[in-house]
Amino acid sequence: MSIDLSQFLPSFLEESDEGLALMESGLLDLEPGDDESINAIFRAAHSIKGGAGTFGFNQVTDFTHLVETLLDEMRDGRREIVGADIEILLKSVDCIRLLIEAEKVGETCEDSRIGHTTDLLNQTLALSDSSNEESNEQASVESTNVGGSSQTSWQIEFIPEHHLVQTGNDPIFLLNALADLGEVSIRCQSQLPAFDELDPEELFLTWQIELIADVDEDEIREIFEWVEDECQLNITKVETVEQVLAEPEHIASENTEAPVPQIEPEPVTAPEASIAPTSAPAASTPATNDKANKPAAKATVKAKPDAGSIRVGVDKVDSLINLVGELVITQSMLSELGNNFDLTKVERLNAGLEQLLQNTKELQESVMRIRMLPISFAFNRFPRLVHDLSLKTGKQVDLVINGEQTELDKTVMEQIGDPLVHLVRNAVDHGIEAGEQRIANGKPAQGTITLDAYHQGGNIVIEISDDGGGINRDAVLNKAIEKGVVEPGVTLTDSQVFDLLFEPGFSTAKQVSDISGRGVGMDVVKRNIQALGGRIQVESEQGQGSTFRVYLPLTLAILDGQLVKVGDQVYVIPLISIVESLQAKAELINTVSGDLVLYRLREDNVPVLPVYQLFNLPADNKDVEGCLLVVVEADGQKVGLMVDDLLAQQQVVIKSLEDNYQQVDGISGATILGDGSVAMIIDIPGIIDMALSHARDKQDQFYQSMTQEHV
Amino acid sequence: MANILIVDDSNSIRDMVSFTLKSASYNTVEAKDGLEGLNAAKRSSFDLVITDVNMPNMDGITLCQELRKLPNFRFTPILMLTTESSTDMKMKGKSAGATGWLVKPFNPEKLLATIKRVIR
Amino acid sequence: MDMQALASTVPVQGEYSLEGIDFITNGDQYLTFELDQEQYGVDILSVEEIRSWEKPTKIPNSPTYVVGVINMRGVIVPIIDLRLKFGIGTATYTETTVVVVLTIETDEHSRTIGFVVDAVSDVLDAEESDIKPAPAFGGRIPPCYVDGLVNLENDLVTLLNVVELQKIEAHASRKKG
Repeated sequence: MSIDLSQFLPSFLEESDEGLALMESGLLDLEPGDDESINAIFRAAHSIKGGAGTFGFNQVTDFTHLVETLLDEMRDGRREIVGADIEILLKSVDCIRLLIEAEKVGETCEDSRIGHTTDLLNQTLALSDSSNEESNEQASVESTNVGGSSQTSWQIEFIPEHHLVQTGNDPIFLLNALADLGEVSIRCQSQLPAFDELDPEELFLTWQIELIADVDEDEIREIFEWVEDECQLNITKVETVEQVLAEPEHIASENTEAPVPQIEPEPVTAPEASIAPTSAPAASTPATNDKANKPAAKATVKAKPDAGSIRVGVDKVDSLINLVGELVITQSMLSELGNNFDLTKVERLNAGLEQLLQNTKELQESVMRIRMLPISFAFNRFPRLVHDLSLKTGKQVDLVINGEQTELDKTVMEQIGDPLVHLVRNAVDHGIEAGEQRIANGKPAQGTITLDAYHQGGNIVIEISDDGGGINRDAVLNKAIEKGVVEPGVTLTDSQVFDLLFEPGFSTAKQVSDISGRGVGMDVVKRNIQALGGRIQVESEQGQGSTFRVYLPLTLAILDGQLVKVGDQVYVIPLISIVESLQAKAELINTVSGDLVLYRLREDNVPVLPVYQLFNLPADNKDVEGCLLVVVEADGQKVGLMVDDLLAQQQVVIKSLEDNYQQVDGISGATILGDGSVAMIIDIPGIIDMALSHARDKQDQFYQSMTQEHV
Repeated sequence: MANILIVDDSNSIRDMVSFTLKSASYNTVEAKDGLEGLNAAKRSSFDLVITDVNMPNMDGITLCQELRKLPNFRFTPILMLTTESSTDMKMKGKSAGATGWLVKPFNPEKLLATIKRVIR
Repeated sequence: MDMQALASTVPVQGEYSLEGIDFITNGDQYLTFELDQEQYGVDILSVEEIRSWEKPTKIPNSPTYVVGVINMRGVIVPIIDLRLKFGIGTATYTETTVVVVLTIETDEHSRTIGFVVDAVSDVLDAEESDIKPAPAFGGRIPPCYVDGLVNLENDLVTLLNVVELQKIEAHASRKKG
């Protein structure tokens, strides 16, 4: 039977990731004498090695074996836990990660770090002179398969100790296994004590077996491997025979009152033995061994985007099942009501519909919870990062993590990782001062970075704060003036100044280091956060430190939307970006610079964007006067979207357009409305960008035509 | 139909062992550490126990010792599933009452061949 | 793909009939359809389903042949009018107009796209030896879309390359950066 285990590869990969994360965090906190931690680290390495072997990831198995050996020595107390070894082990964790990544796609990992770390591990292990008994052992097993094809007659004497069956070993299976090797004839002897001394749970039988098979002594001993300490086993080679007896001899049991029921002698005649003609069993044994040495499933994964999997807590699933149960009850109640409906039952119908609404809402919330994971999944890489950074910069940094259990949508989590890494790097590199400077400022030499996460309304807030020098307001402002980002002489609030940090190409670091501060980054951080529908805020006090606060929506899957009509199309505008909706009054409409329409909204002049024009649609109404304006805001810019009609407000489930099509300018996704039709969701920052670039194109064209006329 | 208890802290190994045994038409019950395994054993009988050695909460050696104290597990075969092929670990297992051992990397054919040596 | 459902729901035109077709044969099979009296074929393994025409939701600023998207059991599926894409015939939408939905898997991704055609015709068995290379002269259809030609009594079927079909050109308005 061939069993394909490749379906378990994703679960192994997921488990390895977790194991590696556990090893990493364990190693970072490891203190001498902490047996439980070192055991947990060992266990993680051990599981990875075991799984990798199953999937034929030999590079991983070999490498992890070294790591495991080192950890084993630490675990047994044969090796002291020192910083240098921990650094090697941390490097090893990185290597295992690389190796698994490579094997996953069926490649050999060529990264130079592997060889380097392997050398380090070998050197470290060589110092403790750990012998490599295991590989010797393996070699000897393999050699047993080599042998002639001639049949040998063996005389085997098997005298088990009385307590043998108490370890769960049953002699019948051992005898069956022998019968699998070749022809057997078995003689059983009983040495029963007097009846009143007889313990029915003990074994008083011994066996003499004659085996004719093409095997060597090691193969026979292997069968008795599990019981070798609980029996006397004498194996003698009688002769080499060319022919095998045609008929196997039956067992001659001298004593039929066998005291132990499960070792009834007659099954030992083993049908396996009688169906075994001449050399077939002998030949088949090495063959199966051969197969057994091969990896079960050499898995190569197609390089296809992985949809990923989520491990869901049983409580979440249970609550879903409960809710579905309620839904079923409501449904049957409603359908019964519908069977012979009359107007007297309207009240009950309304109550039923109300209940259905409640069920659906709860079900939706429950389903959303499935995608939520504790933010520790994003935070768990930071201890290692801060550890490495503090080594590199020579700054002492302590990392404090709070709110790890705060839950966040899986997709948001995956995409927020890199921006957070950048912010933490920044905090170590630019935030925390060098030790001497801190002491001079009356602070402890060790700086502290705090990561925190909590829910606030429909958002999750992630805070990265440091107790460093704070942001130098004047330095930022001078730099901005120097770069021409702001005019000299303007007055800006603190938060306006700090927002300048997120301008493209802005970096205040005096020295460009290899950690952060290449002048790219903060603007990218802001862009990534905005792409997730979030925002970032900075607070800082000179000499006291800074706090970066990231606000993110809890989920990307659902949004509250305003349905609008443009021509015959329905669009969804995210409610969160809507400032207000109004009917345009003629006296408030102004046209400037030729064709830009501005609408006076109290003190602001809001540019009017005709959606039909931007989306290239036929519209019912092309006149701004009297039309409906939905005033929306993004990046501090307000615009009025010109639409034909305002429809309902409702929650919509966001569906990707990119799965089967591609990204579309001004559109963030699509959704399915109650009637089954599709509606596009307008991307507010996107449509503003579109309008800006349209305007720029128009100007370019205009100036081009001007210059052409001059020529 | 033989009932087999599988105890391992690694989900993937547990899944693979269980899958292999089920495809050979055995019934399986899974537990993620020794303690859970022991509780499962107290609730029902098994024809075979396959356990990992190194696990949190209760390791395989302790599980083995505890199982042997239960009246209906005195003669039940217990196999240790382990990558540790060191004689030391095997002896520890034996003295705790284990029947035998299976050396990882886990291989389905080998597993099925080996358990034929302890159950029908 | 439910072949029974396919056979019963497909509007049939001309002398071909899907009923009683033996779907289990050795050679490659192609679903053939009509674009302005001409016969075209696509690998039947990539056919997800055949739907009747329904008005799709427009995609802003898409090329004209991308007529919009529809909801296919909760999945957003773009609809491409092959007559507009290839400039064959006129894009009218009548009762027999159908959408052939193909799911095409490549190394990078799997895409499900609906293609509007005039009518679905038949299932065609073709051995590799039956497929002749397209003439170098080329018609309206760019040669990359054509896998080959198969003779069919008096007719000729153009086999289309589904991998090429699922490639989507970026919108003209989209700019880098």
